[in-house]
Amino acid sequence: MKRIQTLETKNLCESAKKGGCGECQTSCQSACKTSCGIANQKCEKKDER
Amino acid sequence: MVHQYKLNGYHIVLDTCSGSVHAVDEVAYDIIGLYEEKTEEEITAQILEKYRGREDVTREEIRLCLADVAKLKQQGKLFTPDTYAPLANEFKERSGNVVKALCLHVAHTCNLNCAYCFASQGKYHGERALMSFETGKRALDFLIEHSGSRTNLEVDFFGGEPLMNWEVVKQLVLYARSVEKEHRKNFRFTLTTNGMLIDDDVIDFANREMSNVVLSLDGRKEVHDRLRVDYAGNGSFDRIVPKFQKLVAARGGKNYYMRGTFTHQNPDFTRDIDEMLRLGFTELSMEPVVCAPADPAALTQEDLTVVLKEYELLAQKMLDAKREGKEFTFYHYMIDLTKGPCIYKRISGCGSGTEYMAVTPWGDLYPCHQFVGEEKYKLGDIWNGISNHGAQEEFCACNAYTRKECEDCWAKLYCSGGCAANAYHAAGSVSGIYAAGCELFKKRMECAVMLQVADALPRQE
Repeated sequence: MKRIQTLETKNLCESAKKGGCGECQTSCQSACKTSCGIANQKCEKKDER
Repeated sequence: MVHQYKLNGYHIVLDTCSGSVHAVDEVAYDIIGLYEEKTEEEITAQILEKYRGREDVTREEIRLCLADVAKLKQQGKLFTPDTYAPLANEFKERSGNVVKALCLHVAHTCNLNCAYCFASQGKYHGERALMSFETGKRALDFLIEHSGSRTNLEVDFFGGEPLMNWEVVKQLVLYARSVEKEHRKNFRFTLTTNGMLIDDDVIDFANREMSNVVLSLDGRKEVHDRLRVDYAGNGSFDRIVPKFQKLVAARGGKNYYMRGTFTHQNPDFTRDIDEMLRLGFTELSMEPVVCAPADPAALTQEDLTVVLKEYELLAQKMLDAKREGKEFTFYHYMIDLTKGPCIYKRISGCGSGTEYMAVTPWGDLYPCHQFVGEEKYKLGDIWNGISNHGAQEEFCACNAYTRKECEDCWAKLYCSGGCAANAYHAAGSVSGIYAAGCELFKKRMECAVMLQVADALPRQE
């Protein structure tokens, strides 16, 4: 596409079909402790992309 | 939901429900902005008018771009409808009553007397106290018992200042290590410290056992020493920095965060980031102060305007540093677009009061460290479990779709509905929002995604 470049990203709609394994880090068990952000958590599911 | 923004020369389009990120030129940016509202003929006329005189913007070019937009929509990468609301509660119910993370308040006391401390100098509005080994051991057993099928269990040694109860911390780690295999668990420990009591023993043990250490430093010496003082009123900068440097040097690449707080005194916090870098630290985090609006440290509206600009400046600094081979990380800008959180994580809230709880030195359970001392939110204790089911229900109900204010917000799948404690303090309810925090969060996400775009695309000047 000439005017649009799409970055490779995880497909959230696909991930909805599989549900979550719940193994990833709890958002507040990290650096901030005073706000909530989940975007920087890593997925722990071995076969997940 | 589509969110479009321009930052650092990039035109960025987020399709939040699919997670797609598009970097586009200004013509496609405008076309996407009009796409759902106007007919193709209206869009064409408007674009031709706006870009009159541009040789590359012809009727045919616009047609091709419209076709690309239509294709992305068909592929589920643009204008993806939000169908997740019904899943939010379903996911949470399916997870049962699993607890997988504890914030262990091993010391409700501190050897610093920081004026802005949200925990009232470590005492959490109560008496000074240290957690006994027996209480800590029971907390770990409680965690194992309530963790269901979860393998990874997280324990943060927190305070107050946890190094004031260091022998108990070490004993608890050794106890957890002694039982984790038989229960098929994997403990991940973190330590949050002001650094005053770091010595060789702490460095050796923490670097071996703690998957992350969070080291409190506010940046510039004059900034740090204004608020992070001992009980005699002396600043702590000169005492802690060499200890932090020694610990980080010995850490062998394991995670750490140099974590600062910015207040009304230093909304220009990138200068504190500069100081952290000068001191040799490269894994950084700076957080806005959490305090009452009347507190002298509280950020004002004017400060927030400065802070928003500072976030952009920080992103630019990171790009420049990377190009110079002096890369550093900033906690809130660390996103992985391909291996980041699934939709379950994104919609199910922060986990406070459900999968995550704080434990006081005497074994009481609270939804998170920021609620400790709020008696109405005491959930129960580690011996008898949850007794305040009404309070827990409030937290169970928190997710990305709970709050009316979040309905039309593009960022809700990045913040998962935000921090319940911030909401409680700002709006009087865990199901409210902290509007100023939302603005800061959105700016951070825009910067974080821009950095990913800059990484993926050739340099734009």
